[in-house]
This record gives sequence, C-alpha cells and structure tokens, in this order.
Amino acid sequence: MWCARLIGDLVFCIELTGRHCCSLPRPLSDPMVKPATDRIMIKFVLMVNRQGQTRLSRYYHSVELSRRAALEADVVRYCLSRKKDQCSFVEYKDFKLVYRQYAALYIVVGITDSENELSIYELVHNFVEVLDKYFSRVSELDIMFNLDRVHIILDEMIQNGHIVETNKSRILAPLTTIDKMVDS
Amino acid sequence: MSDVVEKTLTALPSLLSLDSHPGSAKLSSTSKLGNLIRGITELTSKHEEEKLIQHELLAIKEQVSSPNTTMRQMKELMVRSIYCEMLGYEASFSYIHAIKLAQQGTVLEKRVGYLAVSLFLNESHELLLLLVNTVLKDLQSTNLIEVCMALTVVSQMFPKDMIPAILPLVEEKLNHPKEIIRRKAVLALYKFYLIAPNQVQHIHNKFRKALCDKDPGVMTASLHIYLQMIQENPEAYKDLTPSFVTILKQVVGGKLPMDFNYHTVPAPWLQIQLLRILSLLGKNDQSTSEVMYEVLDESLQRAEMNHNITYAILYECVKCIYTIHPKSDLLEKAAKCIGNFVLSPKINLKYLGLKALTYVVQQDPKLALQHQMTIIECLDHPDLIIKRETLELLFRITNGQNVTVIVEKMLEFLCISEDDHTTIDLVGKVAELAEKYPLKYNEWFIETMNTVFSLGGDMMQPDIPNSFLKLLSEGFDSVEEDRKLRLFAVNSYIPLLRGEPGKLPQRFLQVISWVLGEYSHLREDLEPAEVLSLLAKLLDMKNSSSETKSWVLMAMTKLCKGGADASVTQEVSETYSSSLDTVLRQRAHELQYLSQDPELRARVLPRGAKPETLEVDSSLSFLDRFVSEALAAGAAPYKPPHQRQEELDQSKALSLEPYGLSLPISMSSCSITDRQSPTLLSMSSGLSGDTLKLDGIKRVWGREGYLAQREPVEEAAQVEVPSPIQSPGRQGEGDSLHSQTPTQTPTPEPEQEKQQLASSLFVGLASQSSVSLMGKSEPMPQRFRRKAKGQGLGSSFIANEQISSSLISPPSAVDNLLCNNLLDSNNASELAEQTSQLSQSLTTANGTCHAEAELTESDTKGCNPALRRDNCVVAAGPGPHNDPGRLTEVCLDSYLPAELSGLSHSEIAPLCANQSLNLSACHVQKEDSLILVVFIMNSSESAIQQIPAGEVTSYSVAVGQYSLTVKRPAVHVEVVGTVSYQLPAGTSQSLQFSYKVPLTSFIRPFVVSTEEYGTMWLSFSHDTKQNLTLINDNQEPLTATLNALKKKLQLHVVEVIGMEGIVACRLLQDLPCLMHCRVNAGWLAVWLRSPVPDLPDCLIYHCQRALQSL
Repeated sequence: MWCARLIGDLVFCIELTGRHCCSLPRPLSDPMVKPATDRIMIKFVLMVNRQGQTRLSRYYHSVELSRRAALEADVVRYCLSRKKDQCSFVEYKDFKLVYRQYAALYIVVGITDSENELSIYELVHNFVEVLDKYFSRVSELDIMFNLDRVHIILDEMIQNGHIVETNKSRILAPLTTIDKMVDS
Repeated sequence: MSDVVEKTLTALPSLLSLDSHPGSAKLSSTSKLGNLIRGITELTSKHEEEKLIQHELLAIKEQVSSPNTTMRQMKELMVRSIYCEMLGYEASFSYIHAIKLAQQGTVLEKRVGYLAVSLFLNESHELLLLLVNTVLKDLQSTNLIEVCMALTVVSQMFPKDMIPAILPLVEEKLNHPKEIIRRKAVLALYKFYLIAPNQVQHIHNKFRKALCDKDPGVMTASLHIYLQMIQENPEAYKDLTPSFVTILKQVVGGKLPMDFNYHTVPAPWLQIQLLRILSLLGKNDQSTSEVMYEVLDESLQRAEMNHNITYAILYECVKCIYTIHPKSDLLEKAAKCIGNFVLSPKINLKYLGLKALTYVVQQDPKLALQHQMTIIECLDHPDLIIKRETLELLFRITNGQNVTVIVEKMLEFLCISEDDHTTIDLVGKVAELAEKYPLKYNEWFIETMNTVFSLGGDMMQPDIPNSFLKLLSEGFDSVEEDRKLRLFAVNSYIPLLRGEPGKLPQRFLQVISWVLGEYSHLREDLEPAEVLSLLAKLLDMKNSSSETKSWVLMAMTKLCKGGADASVTQEVSETYSSSLDTVLRQRAHELQYLSQDPELRARVLPRGAKPETLEVDSSLSFLDRFVSEALAAGAAPYKPPHQRQEELDQSKALSLEPYGLSLPISMSSCSITDRQSPTLLSMSSGLSGDTLKLDGIKRVWGREGYLAQREPVEEAAQVEVPSPIQSPGRQGEGDSLHSQTPTQTPTPEPEQEKQQLASSLFVGLASQSSVSLMGKSEPMPQRFRRKAKGQGLGSSFIANEQISSSLISPPSAVDNLLCNNLLDSNNASELAEQTSQLSQSLTTANGTCHAEAELTESDTKGCNPALRRDNCVVAAGPGPHNDPGRLTEVCLDSYLPAELSGLSHSEIAPLCANQSLNLSACHVQKEDSLILVVFIMNSSESAIQQIPAGEVTSYSVAVGQYSLTVKRPAVHVEVVGTVSYQLPAGTSQSLQFSYKVPLTSFIRPFVVSTEEYGTMWLSFSHDTKQNLTLINDNQEPLTATLNALKKKLQLHVVEVIGMEGIVACRLLQDLPCLMHCRVNAGWLAVWLRSPVPDLPDCLIYHCQRALQSL
C-alpha cells in the first residue's frame, strides 16, 4: 500500500496505518458483545399519559437520572406517533418497545431483542387486570395517588427484569395483608 | 375487562376535580401529596414543572431533617421524593432517610422505605451497606410480612460483599412452611447467583429441592436459576430434562390450580420459561431432544384457542422445535404454525411470525420459499417495523443470485428510515453483503457502496470505508478485473465531484479523494490537472473537516506533476503550510516538496505499486536512545494516563489506604459485618470447606447450530419440491419464471410483478440450502479469494474470510473461529488429483478462548509406516490391524514437535475416533503460551492400500499445533473443534472433538515489585474475597500455604510481611491478577483483584482446589 512507501517519516506511517490501510476485514459481529444482550430481560416499565407526562417508571438496568427524561420523551414520541392499526412493537435503539394503550394512559415496556414481544404485551394486560382488581376499576388517578402501592404490585410481578409472578391473587397477597394491618 | 378499564380511564378528566373517587379517597384531599399531584396534573409547561418541583424539593428537604417528623409523615415525604425523582429531579438528600424509614417504620411505612431505597439507589451505591443491618433484623422477625419485605428487597439489590452475612438466614427460609417465603427466598438466591455465583455454589442441591417443591410458585421461581445455569453449562443439567418435561406436561394438561390461569390458559409465562429451558437442553443433543418431542407436540396441539397469549407460547414452542435435534413431523407442524402467524391479519402476529421465520431460515432457508408471497407483501407493508423485520429475514437468505435485489430493497428502506440506529445497522449489513459478492457485478458493487456512503453518512461504522478501500487496493487475482473495478470507481466519482460535492458526507469525500489519488491515472482521457482542480474545490468548501482536507492533500500529492497544474498545487500548499492544524501543515509541506521534485516523488510514491505489508514497531524501540538520554538528563519517567490520574486523585482526595505499605488492608468492609453478624465467619468457613464442590461446572457452552448432525435431514429435504405455488428456487439453474408457471391461471399485472420479485428474491435458495446450513463458507470462485499475504498472515486471513462469507448462519459462523489448514500444502501439486484434504477448524465454546493456528508444518512425521508397524507388533502383539489404539499410546509421545518435546506436557488424552481417524491431544505449557497439540492418526484398516499422498498415510500421524489464549476466563476452558477430511473415494467427512484445559494451565507467574503491585491494585476493578484453609504444619502457616499455591498454580509471591502476603500472577498473555492474603482467625482471607471480569472468581476456585488436594 502506498503509505508504506513513505517509510522515511514514521509518525506519518503509523497514523495512516491506523486509519485505513492495515485493518483486517471486519468480523461478522463481535461475539464478545453478544452475551450482554443475550440475556433475555425487561429493561424498563413506563406509564405515560397522552400529554407525555410520566406516571410511573421503573428501570431494571441502571440508567442515570439525567438520561431518563430524554429516554422517556423519546419513548413517548415513538409510541404516540403510531396508529391504532400498527404493530404494538417498536424498535428503539438496540432494544424493542412493547406498548399498550388504555384510554389516555400508555404502558410501555422496553425489552431486549430476544424477549418474546407478544408475551410481554399480554403481561401488560395482566398487570392492568391486577391493578383493576386491587383498586376495583382502576383509573389514572388511582395510579397517581397510590404510586407506592402500584410500585409494590409491580415489584411482586417483575424483578431484575424477569417475570416472577403472574398469579393475580398471589401478586396481591402481600399488599392486602399490609393494608389489613394498617387498618386494624 | 379491558373495556371497563378503558371506560373508567376515559372518565378521568371529569374526576380530577372531585375527591369522592375511590382512589383519591384513600388520601385526604388536603394532604401535601394530594397538592403535589394536583399541581402536576395542572402543569402546562416544562418551566412550570421545574418551578413546582424545586419548590417541592425545598419543602421536603426542610421537613425530612426535622426531628419532629413522624414515620407516617416520613412515608408521605418519601412518596413525594419518588415523584420528584420520577420527573427527573434528583432528591439525593432523602436517600438516607429512606433507609431510616425502612429501619424504623412499621408495616406500610417500612415497605415504602424499602421501595424508596430500591428506586433511589443503584446496586453499587455505598449507602446500601447501611441497609444490611435492617435486612438482617427483618429476616429474623416473627412477622411474616416483614420477612417478606426483606426478601423482596434482597432479591432486588444487595451489596455483593455482604451476601455471606445473610446467606444462612435466606437458606433457612427455603424450609419455611409458607410458600410465599420459600418463593421469595429462592428469588433472593437467584439474585445472589447473578451477582456472585461462587457464593451459592454449595446450595445447588437446595435448588433441586425448590424445583420439586409441592407449591408451583416455588418451582416457578427456581426456574429462573435453572435457566441461567443451563445457559452457562447445559451439560451439567441434562439429567433434569425429564423433570422439566413432566412439569410442562402437567402445566399444559391443566393440573395447576385455577388461579394460575390467564384467560383460561394455564400459566402461560411458566410454559414459555420451560420451553426456553428445554430448547437449551435439547440443542445438539439427540437423546435429550427425544425426551421432549412428545410434550412439544402436545403444546402445539393445545394452542388452538385464539388468544394472543397462546400465540406467544406457540412462538416459543416453534423456536424450541427448530433449536433442538430435528424431528421431521414436528418440524412440519411447526412450519405450518409459522404459516398461520405470517398469514394472520393481526399485525402483531404477523410481526411475530416474521421474527420466527427469521430465526428458522437460519436452520432451513427452504421455509422462506413457502411464504415468499407473504414476505413480498410484508416488504411493502405500511408499518415500518414489519418492513424492517422482513429485511432482517431477507438478509439471512441472501446468496450470490439474489443479492442485488435484496440490497436494492434495503437501500430503499434506508432512504425512508429516520432512525439513526436503524441506519447504522442497515448500512453495515448492506456493506457486508456488497463486499461478500464484489466482483460478480463490478458496477453494482461500486454503485451500492456509493449509496452506502452517501446514505450512511458520517454515522456508519468507520471500518466500512476502511475495508472498502482495502478491497479496492488489494484487488483480486485478476489484474484486468482489478483495473476495471478501479476505473469504474474513478468514473463514478468524477461526476459526483463535478456536481455538488458539498452535500456528500465527509467519509465519502475521504474515500473519493483516496481513490482519485491512487487510480485516476487509469482513466486516460482525464487530465490530472482537472482532478487536481476538483480536489482543490473540496478544500475550499466550508463544511470540509480538517480530516477530509488532509486526505485531499494526500491525494493531491500523489497527482501533482508540475507543469500546468503547478499553480494549483502551489497555491494550495501555500495556503495550508501556515495552517494551525499541524497535520494539515505537514501535508502541505509534503505536497510542496514532492511537487517540486518529481524524482523524489516517483521514489516515494511509485504509481501502481503492489501493496506491501507494513511492519510497525509498536513498541517504539527506536526511541529508546532518545528516552534514555532524556532520563539521564533528569527527565521524569513516563507514567500512563490512568496512573497519572490516580495519583492526582490520591493527592486530592482523602487517603483511605494505610500509610507506608501500599498494601490494601484486607476486607475493609469486614469490620462492619463482624459487629453485626457473628455468623459471618462460620459462614465463610462453610464456604471454603469441603462443601464447595465445583466439579463438572464448566462455564462454557457451545453455540454452533446443527453442524454435522443436520446434514442428512437437509439433504432429504432438498429433494422435495419446495412450494405448492411454484418453485422459483429451482430456477437458479437458469429457467425463466414464465416457463415454470404455465399451469397457473393467468395472474393480474401487479400480482405478476410480485411473482417476478419473488423469483428474484428467492432464487438459489433451495439449491444452496444445505451449503449455508452447514456453516461452511460458500464455494466461491478462486478470484474472489483475497490474496493471502505472507506466510504468517495467511492463515488468519483465510479464517477471517471464511467468517464473513458464511453469513447465512451467523450463530455457527461467529464462533467458528479458525483455521482452515491445508495440511498437505507441500505435496498438493503433485498429487492434486488424489489428495485427501484434511482441514481442521477449532471452535471455542462461548468465545472464551481464542486459538491461533500457529503453524501446521505438518507433513506427517515419520513417514515410514513399516517402522511404526514394527513398533506396534512389539508392543501389542496382535498387530496393528487389530489394535490401532495401542499404537497411540506407544508412539504418540514421539510425535511431539521437536521444539516442544523438551517441555513438560499433559498426558496425551484420546479425544475421539472413528473407523478411519483417531484423535488425541495434549497441551504443552510454554513460558509465554499454551500450545494445544492435536494428533490426527490415520487408523485405517487397509494398511496395504495406503491412502495416497504425503498427508496422513495409513497408520501415520499428523500433528497440529495451536496456541491458545483465553478471552474470557472460566474454570475450565473447553476447546471445540472439527476435523474435516476427505477419503480417497471422495466422500468428505468430519469428526468433532472437544478438549478441556483447566484455567491453571494459562496461569504464569507475574514478577512485580511491591510498589508496582500497589499501584496496580488500585486500578483493577473486578474483585472477589474468600476464606481459604491454612496449611498447618510445623512451618509458618502463611508461608507454607503460599508456597503450596505457588507450586501448584505457578503464582509469584511478591512479598510476605508479618501476617500478610501479596501474590501476583498473570493469565496468558498479559492479564494480571493480584492476590492479597491475610491470616485471620485460623483462616487465610484472600482478596483477588484483576482487570478481567470472572478471573478472580475462577482463580479462587482453583486455589481452593489446590489447597484441598494437599
């Protein structure tokens, strides 16, 4: 390659080498990067309303506080721009969003590519059904005024990005016990 | 149900003003939280929000620190803080109060305290240590709800170092009478397994107990652990397959209590989890797969109900069927199932169907043929994500015949895509495809790359232009083709520069200037002067980066000839020779000198010279004299940036390290635990005692798909006519579409268009299916092969090429690292007709190990079969024909390459054998490398009818050497490989083998001084701690133990000071691991640190083993 011909000036040569002469062909994909994404998991659960205000957010991988707002704004923009007849799954950066709309409230779940989108889509509905059972007819206002309880319910269902319980009565058991103890 | 939800939610706005709503009724309407929420709902702008929250934060801050705040108020304050953080405003002052609330509150307050902690803190936050005491107390509480809370928070986050403090308590809970406690204890242990697998190694049998728990919830929880462990090492859990199958059978059969149902489907998520586990277990394992066929069949049949969740299960089922060892009738059913997905009018199902198909075509490209028309429709789908998924599918079925159409579709999508991430990904894929089939269509290649460069802009991976230029400059085997390709590139760039170059991305401009500089002379009607002026125009553009400018100047240097164009170059060089950018200035000077001295230029930049390999002295040894002179003159020695930074930090920050010795005081956090938990020490002793059995735990697993095993199935499949509609796959041989479809009813115009598209997209699929399946490289004409440069580079070069050309089956190709050594290179020419080729490929499981084909100078050693037979007769009596195995034992030693024979090697272990080949291997520890020596012995019966050629004659042995390096440490490193060979009859066969090397073989002593050790210690991030047994003989126990470790594991003892010792070692080549030991209450407390994740964990395991075996 021609840069080799300028061997007199070594600094010059090294710089070129790094730039475009001696790199080997690109491997198909980097096997070392893969395992990280390989672990099937839920990355976050969000509840946002049509105005784009966050009603609940729970992250299962560490995201800095300062970057959450931008991420949430992006997510809302992606989901709100979609029509009813479009797919409920959206590609976002290197992961997928699964969203489901209940009146003015959107529930969005971020998942890795290897997770089963449809099962998460139904998990969201299961979550809403649990909330509905607990609050007897849940509304956005219930979620806002009882943020702590909604979080406690969610904690029973998802931990470390994995689905840990889907049985409605078992999900609610700890919380209802606590409620009874508080009342008495 | 959902209707009800929607109705109530729609009614929300009218309810906002009313307080009679059941949800809000739980709070008093005048409460501060109520005010905050009302304030938030009334917000109209970001600015207002900021004002409101800042005000709120101030109020909270004032109240939390007040001593009069009750726990009840504190709970409300925490919820308000959670709100603020949710909106993106940090409330770090409340973190400590969250911990206090968890400590002092009762029931709901406590729960909210824990909740706030888990929301506020991340796993490495130091305040988390303060939670340990509370958790300990709650775990011992008699109140079940408190135990529950503690276990919940533990399974969300817990400091890794503190696990021993609570582990016994959590373990105890596994026997609790209440299912919820048992379930949560299992989940907590799962968390421990995730963050510190070593700590829970000893309770594996308890996991098994949890799996067999009478409560389905506890069993479900244990599956998380099993999924994880099986992913890491499927071999160790094969015996559990029948259990998982039975569980799935019971679930599918509806044996679970009713409340596990979701819309009448029994525990769907549990089914999905089980199917994932089964697919991991059945992968590449026929006998295990056979156990699960029946239940998979049942799952497929059960899923008739038309509900999303059944489809989710089906998808997982189909994936499983295509992952495990194939069974034809199941495959058929699964394929039909995918058909239902893809044809569904429901868009979510269609998407999932495409995703399944994308997965499946990697195993069986033929399946794409069946759904070709649907795929074509999806390509034009209005929803982008469907389109995108379809392209992903097409990408995987690309071959030499359909590549142009598929690339065209991808480029179309690129034009409309707005998402950066998608653009980068697709551009990479297009470039990959284009490079794979470059010379087939010269012009197409250049045009495609032009589009890639202009669309991908400056976002794309920098290696795309790099490899494009490399391809162009190295060329292929035909000089004429090279010339044409380059000329075409030049021809396509000139009009671009004449047009509006300002719109082109910088990267593209750089490529253009390089190509013009090198090859514009190929176009004879083009005056260099014109090119020069076009290039000079680029320099004047406002948005040209200085990097681009320096590329342009380099190109000009190559082109300038003096004469007419002297004025342009003169002007340019004058402008930039005073530039502030030093690189530009240097280029300008070069341009100036070289343009004035044609002779020098001709010598420095000869035109059309062949590429030479460039040897770069990366150690910069030529500067040694300069450095030593500078040092002698009193200059400070060089320190790497991170060290400088560290020293800077140290001088600024409080020093937490003791003075004097730069040794870390061991287990700085230990003191806290000691105070709080008397169980810690006994716990750790349990850990290091006999209970910790790691035998059979390999952290490696293979990922190659069905390589050899699938072959027969695929061949059989190929015979079938692929699709009922038509069989364009067969048109690869040249038949036109229309001649194939005369029987069909005439189709309307657009339909025909689609079919035409289909025929071009799916062409060649059926004929090539078996090739791509095997993960072999496609048979490429010789001219596509890049020229191997030099002996040393050659093999790795080919290996790389192989990877990039076997695109279609990435899972196998990615890991299929290596060498394609033609063992018979010397004699190939003479015996070209009859040679049996032996090619070897080593695959490393899980990418943990990287083997380099160092050399296979392997014409067979000792080519005198007669002599060897003599040996055998003497040794074994019955003669070679009956007992080739003996031969191995007796003689293999002598085949060790001469340069290795002096070194100690492991026992030569037989790997595998079939009727014609016998494989054995051993590893040799050299000072700076680990060599794997593979002996390939031809044990063919026919001693007289020798396999011709100088490769592996009958009863002779070929030896291959591979230098191994570890990429990711594991307790044992497994090397997996395939030997493929050809018998003279022409049948090609392959033999797979695997070989296990303990990590210790890669460990070498690492000689450092105490000072160096101290600095390094601080800069390493991965660590682990453990108590080990001390050797108690009459000597000093510390020295005795360290010496034993040194002898067994080749460690280097840096220094022993009193009760402490520091030890260093390195993993080949240069990955250090430091060890700090301290005698503490009859135990050796060991703290390992390394920049490599997992290395400390693996090494501590070997240390334990080493001490136990004494």
